[in-house]
Amino acid sequence: MSKRLTVFLFLLPSLCGLVIFSIIPIGTSLYLSLTEWDVIGGPPRFHGLKNFWDIFANEEFLRVLSNTLYFIVLYIPLILAAALGVAILLNNKYPGVGLYRTIYYVPVLTSWVAAALLWKWLLNPKYGAVNALLGMVGITGPSWLHSKSWAMPGIVLASVWKDVGYFALIILAGLQGIDTTYYEAAEIDGANWFQKLVKITVPLVTPSLFFVAIISVINSFQLFPQVMVMTEGGPGGATQVFVERIYNYAFRYYKMGYAASYSWILFVFIFAATLIQLKLQKRWVHYES
Amino acid sequence: MSRRPFVRKTLFYVLASVIAFFNLVPFFWMVSSSLKERGALLVLPVEWIPNPVSLDAYRRLFSLFPFGRAIFNSIFVACGTTAIVVISASMAAYVFAKISFRGREVLFTLFLSTMMIPGQVTMIPNFLVLRSLGLLNSFLGVLAPSIFNAFAVFLLRQNMRTIPDAFSEAAIIDGASYATIFLKIIAPLSKPVLAALTVITFMGAWNDYLWPLIVLTDRTKMTLPVGLSLLNTQYGNQYNLLMAGGLISMLPILVLYFLAQKQFQHGLSIGGIKG
Repeated sequence: MSKRLTVFLFLLPSLCGLVIFSIIPIGTSLYLSLTEWDVIGGPPRFHGLKNFWDIFANEEFLRVLSNTLYFIVLYIPLILAAALGVAILLNNKYPGVGLYRTIYYVPVLTSWVAAALLWKWLLNPKYGAVNALLGMVGITGPSWLHSKSWAMPGIVLASVWKDVGYFALIILAGLQGIDTTYYEAAEIDGANWFQKLVKITVPLVTPSLFFVAIISVINSFQLFPQVMVMTEGGPGGATQVFVERIYNYAFRYYKMGYAASYSWILFVFIFAATLIQLKLQKRWVHYES
Repeated sequence: MSRRPFVRKTLFYVLASVIAFFNLVPFFWMVSSSLKERGALLVLPVEWIPNPVSLDAYRRLFSLFPFGRAIFNSIFVACGTTAIVVISASMAAYVFAKISFRGREVLFTLFLSTMMIPGQVTMIPNFLVLRSLGLLNSFLGVLAPSIFNAFAVFLLRQNMRTIPDAFSEAAIIDGASYATIFLKIIAPLSKPVLAALTVITFMGAWNDYLWPLIVLTDRTKMTLPVGLSLLNTQYGNQYNLLMAGGLISMLPILVLYFLAQKQFQHGLSIGGIKG
């Protein structure tokens, strides 16, 4: 087989997929975003940027955006702190640490649908385990998913529970890459554990933290199964988010053009959020040279 | 390390166990709820241990919904997706890593740049394509897009690049074809990363929700996550049923995890190292 033929044949499956399921759909989606189309009644009707103006003019968009930002503001600091804490804990060499690592990882393996069903039941205001546990320590739990102000924190709680093991493992890999001579030098200088944590561990693990921040912000914009299963965007739109809207517009209301426009707005937000973080990384991420 | 190793050690076990407690309590609750009769779900104060223990929910699960069928569908879709991703991506990765040709870097950059576009953008046109081809509610429709997986290609290529060229050069001198080199040298030497990719792809496909939700709407075609979410809309307050379904859907992945823990942890932390 000639080299050229080999290259062609080996790339063929991926190339077909690239064209059929990525490039053509991206083009189609861009075109659809400029049209009005309900799938059943004839071909798409071109009407320029009207979908985008309609979306921005609708107060629903502001709600979707603020719900998403609310999720991010609660979720990101919690998940970063929790994952870093768990990773530092797992970076010890005590017997049994492997067992703990296995346990922390179990929620990561479950499907979001199963986890969301579980949390919907755990967060049941009257018969759920969370409020029962809170009751044991004398706290009257909120009505969680039934309440406009507590529904999103409930989803955040479920998401932190589900994701912390995953991100902890990524940070742990970063921790294990830290050169132990730093710690030895610090000990000779008489540093205590807190000084070592703040001056060595945290700065040297910032590349992993940065990666976790990037991934978790992207995931936050794409929040979907937990919302679909736990609240369906409710109560009163308090948990409506981008992908939930896109799904509903496209596959429940058959407003394909409108949904395509929404998906491009989502893309712009994800892209902008990633760029901003790449710009900000110089201020806090420390790379060893 | 510390002047008080005993305090440190105790602190470790206390903290680690508290976190493990919060990790596991929800699962305990899930098992306990699935073994309750319907009435026992709504008893105050909350019963942590079901009394009496009842398998009613599991029995009803299979009679209300083609649940056995959903298990089969999930296995089929997850295995199919994994096979397609691993084969197609490793072939492309080999070419990108080891064979130089004109336009290689441009093409590879194009592959990578598609990763910036979120799946929600392409999912609507992909749905429309399947619809016009009559592939809705077919497994072929669910599986087809996995033939292109830029992340998998990237992951494998990075790994294959670290394999010394001396191996393949020696083989070429011996008259081996590219296909032989790929199958006999590159693939075996990439075993660890292929294993990691296999388990994470399988897990991703097993747990995937949005794409199968769109494509598989027929009750007999649904995968477990889609079936579970349908149960949720139909029997949303029968938590013994939903918990039983959720547990069954988790079991295969948990078994796989305990069998291949190293590959799972390697696979899922890979993004962090390579990213």
